[in-house]
Amino acid sequence: MSAIQNATANEGTEKPMSTTAMVSIREVDKFFGDTQVLFDINLEVQAGETVCLIGPSGSGKSTLLRCVNHLEKITRGSIRVDGDLLGYRAHRGKLYELREREAAQQRLVTGMVFQQFNLFQHMTALENVTFAAVKVKGVAKADAIARGKSLLTRVGLEGKFNSYPAQLSGGQQQRVAIARAMAMDPKVMLFDEPTSALDPELVGEVLAVMKDVAETAGMTLLVVTHEMGFAREVADRVVFMDSGRIVEVGTASQVLDTPTNDRTKAFLSAVLR
Amino acid sequence: MSLRSITGVNKTVHHEGMEIVPVRHWGRLTLAAFVVVILVVVVTSFATNPHIDWSVVGKYLFSPAILNGLWGTLQLTFYSMIFAIILAVVIAVMRISESRIVSGFAAGYVYIFRGIPLIVLLIFVGNLGLFFKEFTLGIPFTDIVFFSVPSKDVMTPFIAAIIGLSLAGSGYMAEIVRAGLLSVGRGQHEAAKALGATPSMTLRYIIMPQALRVLIPPMGNELIGMLKATAIVSVIAGGDLLTMALGISGLNYRTIEMLIVATIWYLIVISVLSIGQYFVERRLAEK
Repeated sequence: MSAIQNATANEGTEKPMSTTAMVSIREVDKFFGDTQVLFDINLEVQAGETVCLIGPSGSGKSTLLRCVNHLEKITRGSIRVDGDLLGYRAHRGKLYELREREAAQQRLVTGMVFQQFNLFQHMTALENVTFAAVKVKGVAKADAIARGKSLLTRVGLEGKFNSYPAQLSGGQQQRVAIARAMAMDPKVMLFDEPTSALDPELVGEVLAVMKDVAETAGMTLLVVTHEMGFAREVADRVVFMDSGRIVEVGTASQVLDTPTNDRTKAFLSAVLR
Repeated sequence: MSLRSITGVNKTVHHEGMEIVPVRHWGRLTLAAFVVVILVVVVTSFATNPHIDWSVVGKYLFSPAILNGLWGTLQLTFYSMIFAIILAVVIAVMRISESRIVSGFAAGYVYIFRGIPLIVLLIFVGNLGLFFKEFTLGIPFTDIVFFSVPSKDVMTPFIAAIIGLSLAGSGYMAEIVRAGLLSVGRGQHEAAKALGATPSMTLRYIIMPQALRVLIPPMGNELIGMLKATAIVSVIAGGDLLTMALGISGLNYRTIEMLIVATIWYLIVISVLSIGQYFVERRLAEK
């Protein structure tokens, strides 16, 4: 599962060659206006794998994550999730850009957890978790509620079904957000600095839930994080990014303990002290 | 004892054996006295004015014509408000469209209808029949016509009033709705998007309900403003309260009395609306 692949090993192929690659990022460049923020990103994530993206702020790791569920459009290259080319539909040798409605459908493969939780403020915890299942997937309301309750219980919030986000702590809100993403049965879970906005004493409870998610059979995780302890314990691979480039990829112990790149070394010595 | 001296329950308090003299707010007292005097002067000058016949006010306050006008005003307010809100939401959503042409159109709409004085707009709409002899539904720039009606049959003063009030109101309200939509953070859009919600679902289930809380207080003010604006409809004889009151005064030459009758009713309706607004806002604050 934790096959270490050189980041550029699969360069230049048209079709996704490995059938198990859940996320396949190829030669991706991304510009904001005239500023290039991602440079020739190549990364394959296998089904069931947990990959942590680390690096200094502004290194492009959040942007890359947001590209994987098409919240941001890439400028060049391609991203395939579960075999589907993000944002396009191939038809008779042409790529047709997807309509919003189709893109929305495509996003169901990925679930996303945000740094600022982004819970729907006017809905209870349970409504947050059931909303998209009912409205987007068309799950029967009773089924969605049963599933939502079991998910909230799983993240340790059995007493908080009817609480509004404003009544919950940051850690509790983030756990609702994880349950909300899980409720759509995604194949890939994307975590964008999920603990960065939390008070230090609340980080642990969220990381514990994330670890539980990572242990879900077949679930693929892509986690942008500054929690080196979490990366070491849970990640199959760690990707170090700097200035919009992937600098180093390897197992957690390879990247965190015996980094080969000078920038990785400098970053790690600064965060780990 | 010290607690009592802090709360100032008794007039002369003592602390460490000495009497405490509170600060005298002479400016405040003078202003209060001044205000009371002005109030008394104004009230007596109306109440005892020999040129105002208060029995006329009493006689017409509940007269069928006035109540009819009041009903007209309420209807005008209701319909105009409904149409204005619908237009405002449409324009506000267009305004935040990514298409420059669509958002530009919305911006132009707001510019025009916020810019034209209501009275001008009403006279304009009321007299549409002067330059559009008939209203036609068909395909533009072709001879295909589905139906056509003479404008004077459609554009009664009442209809003209609703159109004018709706258009003018929607210009302001579109900006309020837009502010409400923008008050919902980008994270809410992204979260909905990440869950596979389409833009229209996001607007309907996520953005609008949250924008509503921001919208309702200023919309309450717009409703009260709309009620008052209906008085301007009297320039095209729109069948409102003021039209009726002035109509009667044209017969009995009791202009001030009839204006007082209208004023009393306007204040009563506005009081009712204000109380409603208070409870709605309190309800929203609780949530």
